[in-house]
Amino acid sequence: MDKSRRKFLAESVKTASAVSLAALGLGLYARQSKAMLPAQAIRPPGALDEADFLGACVRCGLCVRDCPYDTLHLAELGSAIATGTPYFVARQTPCEMCEDIPCVVACPTGALNHQLTHIDDARMGLAVVIDKEGCIAFQGLRCEVCYNVCPVRDKAITLDTRHNRRTGMHAYQVPVVHSDACTGCGKCEEACILEGESAIKVIPSHLAKSGGSPHYRLGWKEKQRAGGSLVSPDAKHRFNLPEGMDYDYSGKGLIKKGEKKIGDSERQEDSPFSSNPLDTLNRKGGL
Amino acid sequence: MKSKGINAGAEAIVAKGWIGAHKWLILRRLSQLSILALFILSPWFAKLTEIWLIKGNLASSLTLNTIPLTDPYVLLQSIVAGQSPISTGFIGALIVACFYFVVGGRVYCSWVCPINIVTDIAAWLRAKLKIKGGVVMTRNSRYWILAFTLLLSFITGTLAWELINPVSIVFRGLVFGIGLAWGMILAIFLLDFAVSRRAWCGHLCPVGAFYSLLGHKPLIRVDAYQREKCDDCMDCFLVCPEQQIIKQPLKGAAKGISSVITSSQCTNCGRCIDVCAEDVFRFQSYIKKLR
Amino acid sequence: MKRRDFIKTNAVAAVATAAGISIPWVKTAEAKDTKIRWDKAPCRFCGTGCSVLVGTKDGRIVATQGDPDAPVNRGLNCIKGYFLSKIMYGKDRLTTPLLRKKNGKYDKEGDFTPVSWDEAFDIMEEKWKAALKKDMASNKGKKPEEMTSTVGMFGSGQWTIFEGYAASKLMKAGFRSNHIDPNARHCMASAVAGFIRTFGSDEPMGCYDDLENADAFVLWGSNMAEMHPILWTRLTDRRLTGKDVKVAVLSTYEHRSFDLADLPIVFNPQSDLAMLNYIANYIIQNDAVNEDFVKKHVKFRRGVTDIGYGLRPDHPLEKAAKNAKKAKASEPMSFEEYKEYVSEYTLDKAHEISGVPKESLEELAKLYADPKRKVVSYWTMGFNQHTRGSWANNLMYNVHLLTGKISEPGNGPFSLTGQPSACGTAREVGTFSHRLPADLVVKKKKHRDFVEKVWRLPEGTIPGKPGYHAVLQNRMLKDGKLNVYWVQCNNNMQAAANLNEETYPGYRNPENFIVVSDPYPTVTAMAADLILPTAMWTEKEGAYGNAERRTQFWRQQVKAPEGARSDLWQLVEFSKRFKVEDAWPAELIAKQPELAGKTLFEVLYKNGNVDKYPKQQVKDDRGNSYSNDEMDAFGFYLQKGLFEEYRDITINSPKGKVHALAEFDAYHKARGIRWPVIDGKETLWRYRKGYDPQVREGKEVDFYGHKDGTANIFALPYEQPPEMPDKDYDMWLCTGRVLEHWHSGSMTRRVPELYRAVPDAVVFMHPDDAKKRGLQRGMAAKIISRRGEIIANVETRGRNKPPVGLVFVPWFDASRLINKVTLDATCPISKETDYKKCAIKIVKA
Repeated sequence: MDKSRRKFLAESVKTASAVSLAALGLGLYARQSKAMLPAQAIRPPGALDEADFLGACVRCGLCVRDCPYDTLHLAELGSAIATGTPYFVARQTPCEMCEDIPCVVACPTGALNHQLTHIDDARMGLAVVIDKEGCIAFQGLRCEVCYNVCPVRDKAITLDTRHNRRTGMHAYQVPVVHSDACTGCGKCEEACILEGESAIKVIPSHLAKSGGSPHYRLGWKEKQRAGGSLVSPDAKHRFNLPEGMDYDYSGKGLIKKGEKKIGDSERQEDSPFSSNPLDTLNRKGGL
Repeated sequence: MKSKGINAGAEAIVAKGWIGAHKWLILRRLSQLSILALFILSPWFAKLTEIWLIKGNLASSLTLNTIPLTDPYVLLQSIVAGQSPISTGFIGALIVACFYFVVGGRVYCSWVCPINIVTDIAAWLRAKLKIKGGVVMTRNSRYWILAFTLLLSFITGTLAWELINPVSIVFRGLVFGIGLAWGMILAIFLLDFAVSRRAWCGHLCPVGAFYSLLGHKPLIRVDAYQREKCDDCMDCFLVCPEQQIIKQPLKGAAKGISSVITSSQCTNCGRCIDVCAEDVFRFQSYIKKLR
Repeated sequence: MKRRDFIKTNAVAAVATAAGISIPWVKTAEAKDTKIRWDKAPCRFCGTGCSVLVGTKDGRIVATQGDPDAPVNRGLNCIKGYFLSKIMYGKDRLTTPLLRKKNGKYDKEGDFTPVSWDEAFDIMEEKWKAALKKDMASNKGKKPEEMTSTVGMFGSGQWTIFEGYAASKLMKAGFRSNHIDPNARHCMASAVAGFIRTFGSDEPMGCYDDLENADAFVLWGSNMAEMHPILWTRLTDRRLTGKDVKVAVLSTYEHRSFDLADLPIVFNPQSDLAMLNYIANYIIQNDAVNEDFVKKHVKFRRGVTDIGYGLRPDHPLEKAAKNAKKAKASEPMSFEEYKEYVSEYTLDKAHEISGVPKESLEELAKLYADPKRKVVSYWTMGFNQHTRGSWANNLMYNVHLLTGKISEPGNGPFSLTGQPSACGTAREVGTFSHRLPADLVVKKKKHRDFVEKVWRLPEGTIPGKPGYHAVLQNRMLKDGKLNVYWVQCNNNMQAAANLNEETYPGYRNPENFIVVSDPYPTVTAMAADLILPTAMWTEKEGAYGNAERRTQFWRQQVKAPEGARSDLWQLVEFSKRFKVEDAWPAELIAKQPELAGKTLFEVLYKNGNVDKYPKQQVKDDRGNSYSNDEMDAFGFYLQKGLFEEYRDITINSPKGKVHALAEFDAYHKARGIRWPVIDGKETLWRYRKGYDPQVREGKEVDFYGHKDGTANIFALPYEQPPEMPDKDYDMWLCTGRVLEHWHSGSMTRRVPELYRAVPDAVVFMHPDDAKKRGLQRGMAAKIISRRGEIIANVETRGRNKPPVGLVFVPWFDASRLINKVTLDATCPISKETDYKKCAIKIVKA
């Protein structure tokens, strides 16, 4: 082997080793950054899954430039967010959900998915009522600010009314977020009336939601989706009952005759009228 | 051979005047700074006029809301990471690639890249303070690094290199908010100043490596067309950021080597033209030469 | 994407993920949720009887959902029901019969070796025939009332109705042995005895609709919050939304149900008897007796006392007990005498025995005494697993009968069952050693005659002496009096008390041949000689009956793993191995000569009733087709034939239509139907005019289980348990279940998520008790009784909070068999084991 060739080889091995070492360090850093997106940093609408996003976003800032509300920022070197990638902090400036979604249109690589054309389909994250001890609605107070400011109100946030056992005479009206409608815009988080941190927060969907369990479905939702019972509807049931009593099947159960049924009455009765006309005629409570 | 150190180009100043001896340097600085300024000032301009001159940054930008420009190196990383960018990105990258294919890939380094200003200052200061020696690196390192940046993208599925790429971080920092990118500038400076001469641009930077591969047979080149006039003053050699590429075109007449600097490492910075009092060098269109 | 590509892509992705690399272009492919076939089935677990929809795709159950149209659960499930789709797919399903063999031959001490079904049945046949031959010799010339047998079977409240019925026939008529008992003996026998003694008819009079109609709920030894989770949410809702609804929770330790309690009561073990008598006394003393009701519908009886503890007869406690042999006896008494009897149970005395604050006792008594308050009492194993379990049940009825708070919406005593078909199969079909279908019993010749007629068998086929009950079976196995023994659909080695001294020696007695049918290698299977791999749940067509008399059917949804067969197939196929001559004496065959030379299969199942319905394609109303492996194997609709023959008994019984069922097809169409079904109408509240058409003319309430239409109030005392903490064994041990695991955990511990949630049994104890013994939470402790010991980790902060002096250990954990420690004392009347009380000590392990 001639001298120069040997020297070249030795040099190559040396360089390759040094570069590999550095690459290993960078590789670990890159893997870490992939899992490291802080919970309060929300990606713009249409952002691919974080892992994909970090491969697709070229850190150009075009989305930031086209955001009319200056909501978006590019992560600076030294912040916990992957350098140069766009994000927003809902408590400071939430996404205003522009109908034309300029940030997505601006993206030259599809890191913000151009298939997102309807802003309601955006899933930037998921609002979660994180501090139920702090949220005053959970104490029975009437607040509902998050519900009221929600751009997808009544779909993304609804109010669940529950009995207040403490007072015995009032109802709680607590916000409940629905992931099938929440865009993660963060208006609720911005608006929350608590000082400091908000009780409701948008966090990345992958942190907020479990993977789901395909082995189990919610029966009533499947039924609603299918527009009716998935299996043959129940047979008509008949019961041994005393005079004046009735049975509201799949409704209130045992009731007085004439009491309004809430169950599947058409399966129970052929008509709303009792077979005995006296039941109708002698019904109490006037017309 | 006499060492002139900091005085490289002194004879040229005498012969051609200061401006004449710094013509290309000034043009390059103007180019680098005006590109930067354009990106920085565009948002203000847009606020006033609602016209966007250019937005984004070097990774990807949009000129006058119509012409997309994308850094093909970044896009390549993204593709290797498993993504399939949409057409805007591709078109932008194609435009940029064509441009550098014609003018020479490493024109990016000396005419666009803001880091170049830093490394040039470091090299100038190093020469002025007569700092010598330092870590010896092979100039092939950059190709290893380039290969590894792509491998890392593949393995991690992310633009791993972009997490620390000083070139993009500094430019983006200047346009969008600097953060700790100052530190990056300082680090590069110290590297080139104290650790090794021309360490970053000449040995390590994979961006430069990528562009050298992209436009390795450019149509515009430096030609030592009057190499017979060379008086061996060594000024060109001293200022050249890629010293190794000058010797053969300049001194290879006997061996029948062309006077055109054909190495893809040449950044077309034109400093050799500036500092040569004998006007040995000039830019030349390669197309013409072919004819 | 094709299926192959899908698998390949996923495999690549899996390898890459394991290596920490995300390979671009290879994204995990997602299976599309295409065409899933849905059909209804009851949940496999507890007695609540929730209905689910089972989603099947490519011959595999891929998902379930709560049935939104099911009246019991309206689409909800508990965490066990949530994982139903995974219980059949444990990685260690048995798929071939396994026989203990040495040198190629059966050997009691051999290793389990795979054998064919033929070989399995060959050895069974050999052993069974030998036992039958011996039995026929010893029974020569004996009347049915005197017959004995060495053939036994241990069945299940998880058997389908068809399986229980087929097994009962095979044992009681085919092999002429009454030594068949279900594991329901461990859970519901005291409730059965209580119902029969008081009302003359088994099972509750009310139904789950009581939950929406009561003003007060009293839980006696029931942790409904964990054991009947969906019913508990109904009760909770009633408590939260009803006006002035009260909940009292009584137990020997604090548990999850206490969360809702307005009146939480932790009492000394066994003192429930004293509290119940105190309540009766309070009602009488405070003129809260519903005199009109009592006069018309109630009789008073004084039960014998000092009845022993169901231990072996040579046990000192049994020898000392005066009335151990006639524990069930009672004599009439007057109301005045009864009043006098309970008057000794004053508030002071009840307080002294129970350790419960007087105010709490009074408040509890007032709930029952207040004429304006509708009260439902719920109980489970706290009452039933009790050496005076039948008494506890009787005393509970006393309280409801005295106040007349019974058999009407929102008023009544209600025993909750722990198994999906403890009612439907064990009780209604009568797979107990003393019972026949529909409240009939083997002791009464009239009942036997009737059943034999329906079964088209000669008079005198069914033996007249009750067989060995569950606990006795283990003792008889040990004593060599039961020699061939078939265990189906339960895990009794883990479930029966005193494993070390009785169960295990019984199974391993060299004289015996033990067969265990199970889908999984359970502790019981490990102790067997032959294991038969079994199809489970929706791998077969089935039917269950829940705690509110609701019968629910399901179709076969998927095939069992290759090699596994249903219990029903096993029973019926095995019957083909016997000619009547192998089991019956010539005199019996002579009564019906046409049976001569026939196999038991032909006599019992191909008898003109059971084979009445020809082979057909099972379909639902939407046109989906379902397999029926038993129909394919035997050539007729076995399940339908069995059910219709059984139904014949329920509607033509000498006791009337008390258990009347609807026809087979109706159940496949309905989300369960509550019996008695009279003229197609189901019955919600029994014994009350209007609600129950069987109430005789002119009566408002008619307890028609007794001919005179009355129910019995029993005068019964407080008596001490057989074993109490002393200086050597200074603590009480109570065992039970947890929400996440069902019974012995053979199914739920194979669901990874449930196993992860609650991996091991722990010993719940009071922090002071732990401290005293140098133990800290998480440390291993030895739980030692006079019979055995186990090691479990200490839990002082868990969901169960025992008082000082008592620990609770769940029994689901096959690697911590708490029944090595428990005592096999039973209620002498119901023969149900008391798993709730024995003396133990705890030391650092």
